[in-house]
Amino acid sequence: MTYDEILKISPFSLNKSEKEGILTERLKELTERHIDACPQYASMMRAVGFKPESIDSYYDIPFLPVSLFKELDLVSVPKNDIFKCVTSSGTTAQAVSKIYLDRATAGNQQKTLVKIVSDFTGSARMPMLIIDTPSVIKDRAMFSARGAGILGFSIFGLDKTYALGDDMQIDIPAVEAFVERHRGEKVLLFGFTFMVWQHFYKELLMNENKFDLSNGMLIHGGGWKKLVSESVSREEFKRRLTDACGLSDIFDYYGMAEQTGCIYMECEQGHLHASIFSDVVTRRHIDFSPCDIGEPGIIQVVSMLPESYPGHSLLTEDWGVILGEDDCPCGRKGRYFKVSGRLKNAEIRGCSDTYAVGF
Amino acid sequence: MSNLDKYKKAFADTFEAEEEQLANLEYQSIPKWDSVGHMALIAALEEAFDIMMDTDDIIDFSSFEKGKEILKKYDVAI
Repeated sequence: MTYDEILKISPFSLNKSEKEGILTERLKELTERHIDACPQYASMMRAVGFKPESIDSYYDIPFLPVSLFKELDLVSVPKNDIFKCVTSSGTTAQAVSKIYLDRATAGNQQKTLVKIVSDFTGSARMPMLIIDTPSVIKDRAMFSARGAGILGFSIFGLDKTYALGDDMQIDIPAVEAFVERHRGEKVLLFGFTFMVWQHFYKELLMNENKFDLSNGMLIHGGGWKKLVSESVSREEFKRRLTDACGLSDIFDYYGMAEQTGCIYMECEQGHLHASIFSDVVTRRHIDFSPCDIGEPGIIQVVSMLPESYPGHSLLTEDWGVILGEDDCPCGRKGRYFKVSGRLKNAEIRGCSDTYAVGF
Repeated sequence: MSNLDKYKKAFADTFEAEEEQLANLEYQSIPKWDSVGHMALIAALEEAFDIMMDTDDIIDFSSFEKGKEILKKYDVAI
């Protein structure tokens, strides 16, 4: 099955065995492709004695630590085919991941994102308030993950309005005018969790006039790390936003720059969902064997998208728990899970060192 | 202004391109028509013709020529 054919399948419609077949076939192809085209990847696979023909399931494909993209430029296409580089800072500000995209991969990222998100928002585009500053997309050749996220989501938007100025201060007149223009219409708000909290919610509290965003739907992502340090839970985040501006449709998503496009959206039940285009596996930190449902472990993510770089199977720096598969009350098939937090640096360096030994 | 003129103007204004370049323009063929420029172009066309395009059509809008075909769906003949 080609990826264009896979894109035609509804993103949460396949059960475990149907999904495993398609995912294994595609991920095996990607593994072979990267072994042929990316010498560093090939030598890592040789070092662990991996042969793609021997796999029964995508579980058997080795995973690279996500931090490896900070240390190495991993590319599987000729230099001339690369037209965009997306960078992510990850947990620390010092080292940046560099993800090289060709047209095919970038195109598939956008198409996949549209399929996944439309399952939650519906296919109609909505007036969009972006909780960020326009300056994040100024450097167009070198995107930050933040800029790439905003752009990826802007396809759902009409009358796109930035809520923050260049100084990260809320632009009250702009937000006010946006709310006024779209009174009674369904609107989309998009932003990164911390920006929404720090630069939008907290500023709204200080503003005398309350905005009515009860007709809005907020999609936010990018991690909770900073909010955890302020002891703000998911429930509280939602409750406080509802109190401040009436927003009640609030959806978190989980995803990373290294696998842009394949995001995991939170459903009405508060569960993050894997679509047919990707999956999550949790692994035990002692021996990296797969965890059972309900057992916390290190999150591995696999994605059908990365063709231009060997990022189709990655070990993240996050802990999480698979809550179930194919049986979420929201009706979506596939695995659903929650993210419990970040691993400590020392532990992840361990994995990275283990894998880097091979070359 | 004819539809073709409006169509050309949206491209020319968004990408600061010259008239003679337009017919051959494709997504990613010039630095300005990148993913940021793409969304700006779509916004300009939606405003010029007072239409709202589907996400699939925004993705498929890959060249000056292809765009004419897509706009037919929205009863805009160019």
